Amino acid sequence: MSISDVVNYIAVILLAIGAFFNILAGLGLLRFPDVYTRLHAGTKCTTFGAIFICGSVILLGLKMWYFGNPDGSVLTIHTLGALIAILVTNPTGAHAIARAAHRSGVKPVGAVVDDLEGKPARKSASKKEGG
Amino acid sequence: MNFEPIYLTVLGLLVLSMVFCIIRVFIGRTAPDRVVGLDTINTLVISSMIVYGFASGALIYIDVAIVYALLSYISTLFIAKYLEGGEF
Repeated sequence: MSISDVVNYIAVILLAIGAFFNILAGLGLLRFPDVYTRLHAGTKCTTFGAIFICGSVILLGLKMWYFGNPDGSVLTIHTLGALIAILVTNPTGAHAIARAAHRSGVKPVGAVVDDLEGKPARKSASKKEGG
Repeated sequence: MNFEPIYLTVLGLLVLSMVFCIIRVFIGRTAPDRVVGLDTINTLVISSMIVYGFASGALIYIDVAIVYALLSYISTLFIAKYLEGGEF
């Protein structure tokens, strides 16, 4: 068993883990009862699955680079850029959606403690001219 | 083009997950539910673009995935700002 076969097996295992977590994201988005729990499923699972899928492609790109294929360097570096873009933008967007949902009046279903309850909806609503 | 079956399987599973998200977009009770569905679809499209770009050898798909990630982030932020109901 050469090093190429080992890298291929590891890449297939990483792809399988990524596809599994993406399927879990879709199922959780269908089955959870609430906006916030759906956000929990739909954002974290897709980020985790994208890490594994990009890791598989990066590993195969490194293998191509090692064996002298000039496409390997482009594949590795650009996939790393896409992974960094996903890792920066995805939790930030989820935070923005959760804050907008809470301020637009959607309550969590079955929550015992809601720490933000009773706070004013917008802090800067009273000082519009200060903007 | 000659796909290996493992990449075709992964792409099929990603499309299945996208179908679940589209169902949530259509039946969502509130507006933030639909926004969550769209955001999840965006991330799944980025993942499937990377897999397709590697499997078909067309490396331009990965550059398109980077630009798609940044633009979908901006659209998500603007929809969230619209739901929040404030001035820009």
